Amino acid sequence: MLFQPAIMALILASVMATGMVAASIPFALRVLRRWDLSSGSEAQLVLERRTYLVSTVLKLVLLSQAAALILFVFNADRMATLFTGAMCAVGTLRVDPFGFPTLYLKIAVFFSAVAWLVLNHVDNLGWNYPLIRVKYAALLVLAPLLAAELLVQLAYFLGLRADVITSCCSTLFSGGSVTITDNSLASLPHRLSLALLGGIPVVMLAGGLLILNSGRGGVLYAGLAGLAFASGLAAVISTVSVYVYELPQHHCPFCLLKGEYGGIGYALYLPLFAATACGLGVGIASWAQRQPSLKTAAPAVARRLACWSMAGFALFASVSAWLILRSNLILLEPVSWRLGWFS
Amino acid sequence: MTVWLNRQRQLLDFASSSLLRRKGKNTGLFVVYTIIVFMLASVMLFSQAIRREAALVLAGTPEVLVQRMVAGRHDLIPGDYLAPIRAIRGVTAAEGRLWGYLFDPAAAANYTLMVPRDGSVASGTVVIGSGIAKVRNVGAGDIMSFRGRDGKPVEFKVTDVLTRESALVSADLFLLSEADFRRLFGVPEGRFTDLVVSVRNPREVRTVAEKIDAALPDTRIVLRDEILRTYESVFDWREGILLVLLAAAVLAFAILSWEKASGLSADEKREIGILKAVGWETSDVIRLKMLENAVISLLAFLLGYLLAFAHVFLFGARLFEPVLKGWAILYPEFRLTPFVDELQVATLFFFTVVPYTASIVVPVWRVAVVDPDAVMR
Amino acid sequence: MIRLSAVKKAFNQGRNNEFWALTGIDLSVRQGTVTVLRGPSGSGKTTLLTIIGCLARPTSGRVALRDRDISGLPERFLTDIRRSTFGFVFQSFNLLKGLTAIENVMIPAYPLGRGYASLRGRAHDLLAMFDMSGKADALTEWLSGGEAQRVAIARALVNDPQVVIADEPTANLDSERSAQFLAIAERLKREGRTLLITSHDPLVYDAGLVDHVVTMRDGRVLETN
Repeated sequence: MLFQPAIMALILASVMATGMVAASIPFALRVLRRWDLSSGSEAQLVLERRTYLVSTVLKLVLLSQAAALILFVFNADRMATLFTGAMCAVGTLRVDPFGFPTLYLKIAVFFSAVAWLVLNHVDNLGWNYPLIRVKYAALLVLAPLLAAELLVQLAYFLGLRADVITSCCSTLFSGGSVTITDNSLASLPHRLSLALLGGIPVVMLAGGLLILNSGRGGVLYAGLAGLAFASGLAAVISTVSVYVYELPQHHCPFCLLKGEYGGIGYALYLPLFAATACGLGVGIASWAQRQPSLKTAAPAVARRLACWSMAGFALFASVSAWLILRSNLILLEPVSWRLGWFS
Repeated sequence: MTVWLNRQRQLLDFASSSLLRRKGKNTGLFVVYTIIVFMLASVMLFSQAIRREAALVLAGTPEVLVQRMVAGRHDLIPGDYLAPIRAIRGVTAAEGRLWGYLFDPAAAANYTLMVPRDGSVASGTVVIGSGIAKVRNVGAGDIMSFRGRDGKPVEFKVTDVLTRESALVSADLFLLSEADFRRLFGVPEGRFTDLVVSVRNPREVRTVAEKIDAALPDTRIVLRDEILRTYESVFDWREGILLVLLAAAVLAFAILSWEKASGLSADEKREIGILKAVGWETSDVIRLKMLENAVISLLAFLLGYLLAFAHVFLFGARLFEPVLKGWAILYPEFRLTPFVDELQVATLFFFTVVPYTASIVVPVWRVAVVDPDAVMR
Repeated sequence: MIRLSAVKKAFNQGRNNEFWALTGIDLSVRQGTVTVLRGPSGSGKTTLLTIIGCLARPTSGRVALRDRDISGLPERFLTDIRRSTFGFVFQSFNLLKGLTAIENVMIPAYPLGRGYASLRGRAHDLLAMFDMSGKADALTEWLSGGEAQRVAIARALVNDPQVVIADEPTANLDSERSAQFLAIAERLKREGRTLLITSHDPLVYDAGLVDHVVTMRDGRVLETN
């Protein structure tokens, strides 16, 4: 199974990303020990020059890991034909116990890389590199995360065997089998999901406006963004998917990406991920503004990111609403639904 | 926002003009890059196309194949087995198939003989594949004769030659009537080579297969899905091996690009120094160089992919012929159906552009951190 | 406007060939004045120029620009300041080959993301100021020495800098062109800009417009007047 081209490509990408970040570790340690901006010595100048390399490398790592995440899911979907019982990405991921952990780690790497890049960007805006030590300490945390992702992914790919019978998404995401986290998500009552879907843009808009007006509440916004991410996914699994497939029992979040549904999943997930990533950035930029050299620059970054984040959440909510409204499935009668709120 | 856009645009402008100013140095790299993309894309497009052909061909076949095994070897299967199979719930149809191999001394080749299920070939006539027509130099209206089971010659008149388009599966095909088949091979009435079973609901295929196995213990059941899966697996694996072999080429290419990016002429070093002296920052220079490389990557990728597309779908993967021909005498000349797969394009991207970009990061950085005051000396 | 205190600059620090180009400079440059640095080669005047012009950071000592300490600033900010405050005219002009005169003038402003049309307009105006409009689209290789210098000066002025720094401006010119250069320098002074020139050409340091001459030797200032 390892010789499948997409798998080789993914392993190659992970190896390169991990390698490049790991190679920056000795430098990170040097920065933590010897950084002294006020000295004009050559050693300091060398350190400063090297930071450009690290930030360029991290930008490339983020781009490649974002692309790899999409490739991973896409490929899992395609490979479903190779496994008995698998009809979409879920089946492929369940062939081996490391399947879903790989996905979670990849998502974690994506968000961590975005967070680091925001930190880096904000740090560069200050005339005394105020966050340099935090930044490179964070790198020491990022590297093992990348390594973990590489190893778990490798374990998963090594464990892929065509003769293992796996289950398809209908057993995983239907409302009534053994408790797995995803299952409880699927059985979320539709009213609650719709409330969440409506609530997300409202809450995030409120939070964003607070930031735009008063410049405070950035960290709170980041927390809210995380919650919005989780609730958005829950709502997609429990309700939006059902409306798209027009099948009350089909909750799979991956089948949305298939061509037969117009790849509408991308229109849902891309804004959600982007909005959450920007939301995280808002938190970081806001936290950074306590540094004296960033007093004006950091809030500006936070504001800009908040705008992007709000737009992303709004887009996600509108696409969900459109999918629900245009669907031929009627889960909740409009009249009784409205009455239901009051009873 | 506009400031950022303007900046990127002007840097891109400058990057393109830089590339054009140094055509000589960049052309060599560009050509190698394109060749690498071409090779990898050809392999991937070819395997994908063959895989799709196989899937398309198999799509029309029945879901279950039943063969009789005697002492671990494939034997003729009695037609009586059809009744218990047809009785199983979920089975829409079950029929016997007649097919086999015939060695033709005149061409020193093996033909695949088959009786079409719709009985469209009349007794005494045959429809042959394009490969047979070519190798025996026969066409419609000619007579072909073979030695029958009883030693006496059996003559067939060729009524039609199968088209080239289906050559991938039909090049060595020899279609004849049931009576002629039985006479030629001595297969008695009521016996078939194997049985094919159609099942309506894809989810029930397994259950049906298990029931057939329970009812007829001396049979071997092969599911169409298993065949598909095996094909996919095998082609995947073969494609993977080829790509691994090409990995050496990719590695060499990465080393070449590292060298090219590091080996700046004095002119180029001077130019970067001047840029920094007049007010460009290190990150601006890095961005400039990365844009240059992005332009090269994009163009090489597009060109390489287009050339590979033409190579595989217009020229029938001519460069791979020696490798693929193997020991098949009746090698089909076929045209594969053009097919572009996004997953494949993305994978190709990861095999070419990502290693290239990774290999130039350090050289680009080293160049960009040149001290601006060096230009004053 | 620019003040240096105990500035020292070393190269190849910590290695066998460690070399101190500047060994303790105290200097003050007032706004709107013309200062000439003179001294034999190896005296450190070019190094001093790079430090004053924010091209390099001092190994020790302080540099203050308009009373703001810029010696500890990271490269990013230093470049920003340099871009908007200083304009450089190099000894060998250092124009980019293969580009036209007007493109060369526009280059320092690319990273600032100014609209292309307005930038081109400004570049045209600058070239017109030096009677180079006709040669705006000429490739650098076709320009004569004097023309190249005028393009270099236009380039130095594209971001409207307060300070113009020229390194040995008359070294490659005959007397007529040198006089033309001095005329341009006078015009810049009248516009209120500060000029900093290195030269060992008496035509320059004896010129009337010069307010301040700093003589250097072996990395230190000998005398100023």
